[in-house]
Amino acid sequence: MKDMQPHTPAHAPDGPLLRVEGLSKHYGARIGCADVSFDLWPGEVLGIVGESGSGKSTLLSCLAGHLTPDAGQVIFETRGGPRDTVQMAEPERRLLGRTDWAFVHQNPRDGLRMGVSAGGNVGERLMAVGARNYGAIRETATDWLGRVEIDAARIDDRPRQFSGGMQQRLQIARNLVTGPRLVFMDEPTGGLDVSVQARLLDLLRGLVRDMGLAVIIVTHDLAVARLLAHRLMVMKDGRVIEHGLTDQVLDDPQAAYTQLLVSSVLQV
Amino acid sequence: MIEIENLCKSFTLHNQGSAVIPVMAGAHLRVGPGECVALTGQSGAGKSTLMRMIWGNYLAASGTIRVGTLDVTRATPREIIALRRDRLGYVSQFLRVVPRVPTRTVVAEPLLALGVAPDVALARAEDLLRQLNIPARLWDLSPTTFSGGEQQRVNIARGFAHDYPALLLDEPTASLDGANREVVLGLIEAAKARGAAIVGIFHDDAARARLCDREIDVTHFTPKRAA
Amino acid sequence: MNAPHHDPDYNFAYLDEQTKRMIRRAILKGIAVPGYQVPFASREMPMPYGWGTGGVQVTAACLVPEDRLKVIDQGADDTTNAVSIRRFFQRTAGVAATEKTTEASVIQTRHRIPETPLTEGQILVYQVPIPEPLRFLEPRESETRRMHALADYGLMHVKLYEDIARHGAIATAYAYPVEVEGRYVMDPSPIPKFDNPKLGDNPAIQLFGAGREQRIYALPPYTAVRSLDFEDYPFDPSKADHDCDLCGASGSYLDEVITDDQGSRMFVCSDTDYCETRRDAGHRGRFSPPEVQA
Repeated sequence: MKDMQPHTPAHAPDGPLLRVEGLSKHYGARIGCADVSFDLWPGEVLGIVGESGSGKSTLLSCLAGHLTPDAGQVIFETRGGPRDTVQMAEPERRLLGRTDWAFVHQNPRDGLRMGVSAGGNVGERLMAVGARNYGAIRETATDWLGRVEIDAARIDDRPRQFSGGMQQRLQIARNLVTGPRLVFMDEPTGGLDVSVQARLLDLLRGLVRDMGLAVIIVTHDLAVARLLAHRLMVMKDGRVIEHGLTDQVLDDPQAAYTQLLVSSVLQV
Repeated sequence: MIEIENLCKSFTLHNQGSAVIPVMAGAHLRVGPGECVALTGQSGAGKSTLMRMIWGNYLAASGTIRVGTLDVTRATPREIIALRRDRLGYVSQFLRVVPRVPTRTVVAEPLLALGVAPDVALARAEDLLRQLNIPARLWDLSPTTFSGGEQQRVNIARGFAHDYPALLLDEPTASLDGANREVVLGLIEAAKARGAAIVGIFHDDAARARLCDREIDVTHFTPKRAA
Repeated sequence: MNAPHHDPDYNFAYLDEQTKRMIRRAILKGIAVPGYQVPFASREMPMPYGWGTGGVQVTAACLVPEDRLKVIDQGADDTTNAVSIRRFFQRTAGVAATEKTTEASVIQTRHRIPETPLTEGQILVYQVPIPEPLRFLEPRESETRRMHALADYGLMHVKLYEDIARHGAIATAYAYPVEVEGRYVMDPSPIPKFDNPKLGDNPAIQLFGAGREQRIYALPPYTAVRSLDFEDYPFDPSKADHDCDLCGASGSYLDEVITDDQGSRMFVCSDTDYCETRRDAGHRGRFSPPEVQA
């Protein structure tokens, strides 16, 4: 029962952006994730929580097309209609990955090109979809650095000269510059100082609201989940054991494991 | 506007020997438009629990909670989020926000979430902050640095930014001085006058007497200690 | 410069017939898919990597006894690298050698395209140190291959973007990346960007061999080749503001030569055959001796 509700855009569209059905991935006899189903609507933020090894990262990889699931469908409402992205050809999926989808890694080093300037990092997705005017690319990059609160004077600096929080904000700018509709985030605030986390969370909330982004965010930090996610899925041993409104799952958890998870952390 | 029928709630503590603790049974409540109903009963009787269940924060074991046409006990998370966005407001005792978000934005957020134009939303926020005597020099600061009374008023401004048809108020006048208390009571009266259905917890007897049409003692909903 | 018959201790052109067939298959595949890097089983050659082992293997696979071979290094026929490769083939293949671009049927080159326009029937073989144009920014071979397969070339423009951001212009002066037939992005080997316009629509067959990296790629005759650029920073082949001080040529690629300890310098054609041919035809430059005409 908290004051800060994550935002949803007022103009709710008429259907889910993503429909996941029966998604499973096994590593030999071991379960990665099993029989996961959910819908995600535009503007919605879905948090996936669970401890290490619970399958949340495997699930995210299967959703984002980095891993091929053994069974199930990931149906995305493309601009040309609904498509099962699991069945998509690699070129199509990669095109999706640099247009309508984005992926924010926990470690900015995995999501940035450390040897390329901040402007080049932000501009890459634009160039990948055909932007060929240097002045326009630079203008857009400058605008986005401003939106993630990086001084425009740093546009030609390389990310390794940036603090961890700045690197993460740069990664977000690089991902959002092409106006994606679905963003996957893997522990985006992990490894950052608490004060830096707050700034990033605030930034993400604003971007989600202003751009109407749908977000799937994997985190083990329940405080982050509470501030960002509308809904939570709790995973254990590869299965979703509880799924509901974020504050309800955290304040009135039903499953034994969720109760343990919530009671194990300091007040959130 | 708010109709509660035969509502029951229990907590199952899986990690403490699966103890089942019943906390509410057979709760009934009906609040019409323009009506203000106070929940009473001693501490621990279940006032907050009932408020949380109306808000969708606690799951019901059985029974129904209707807010408008939506049964909160059976609603999907999406439906509850939509309900909280435009039909059901809530003013809690404590303000919890992301540090560093300016006060003006904190108050305007419910309107921004509704898609109200930023300039309109911010103007409304400033108007409320002015009414509640939050000095303009504080509007660009995060309310996390404010005193308890100031935070409470920011919280109230936020809760009244949008004209919700149903409102939950948890001790809205606690820790307020006389002048500000009067402003808040005025806001609540205005909400009643425009037809809002209000459920509140008021330890302030005078406020309760002035605002509330009825009182419901939640002690009646406390399950009997059965075998 | 005609050579004797080839040393009978070696198979023709050094490599055994099976190896040459294998390389020819790679070459044919390269010609069929212009700009695509074809892997091949590069052999150990009797010279160190970096000395043109890729080009030498491609040349060996192309040569027939009737060929007339020209070898240049940075445009010159008389540098150590060019001389040793030319001798290598004279000994192992017994082919005729020439310094005349117009007379050669096969030209192996390091870092230049001859100034004299090539003609149908000629083969130009490039020595390539690093065939992967994306290597600068993406070290993973698995990833660069996927990027080529999917024509995912945003990264290539990032390199040019970085150039402009840092230097105010595309500072890449050699190995300037090109797009072939609207499909594959290709490293043209470290030729100066001045030579890039000669890559496209060229009547000759152009073959690229990278020995250490085990890749062969090709441009068949009359292939469309476009140097990558931005709308507002178009490709500029750039030309020094000088004429050749020996032959007076105004449109050739020039080397700067320091002539004394006082910093005096002269500019001369990097393509020695082109320069000589012009001088023989009576063209004169700033430093041409006044009375030396034969």
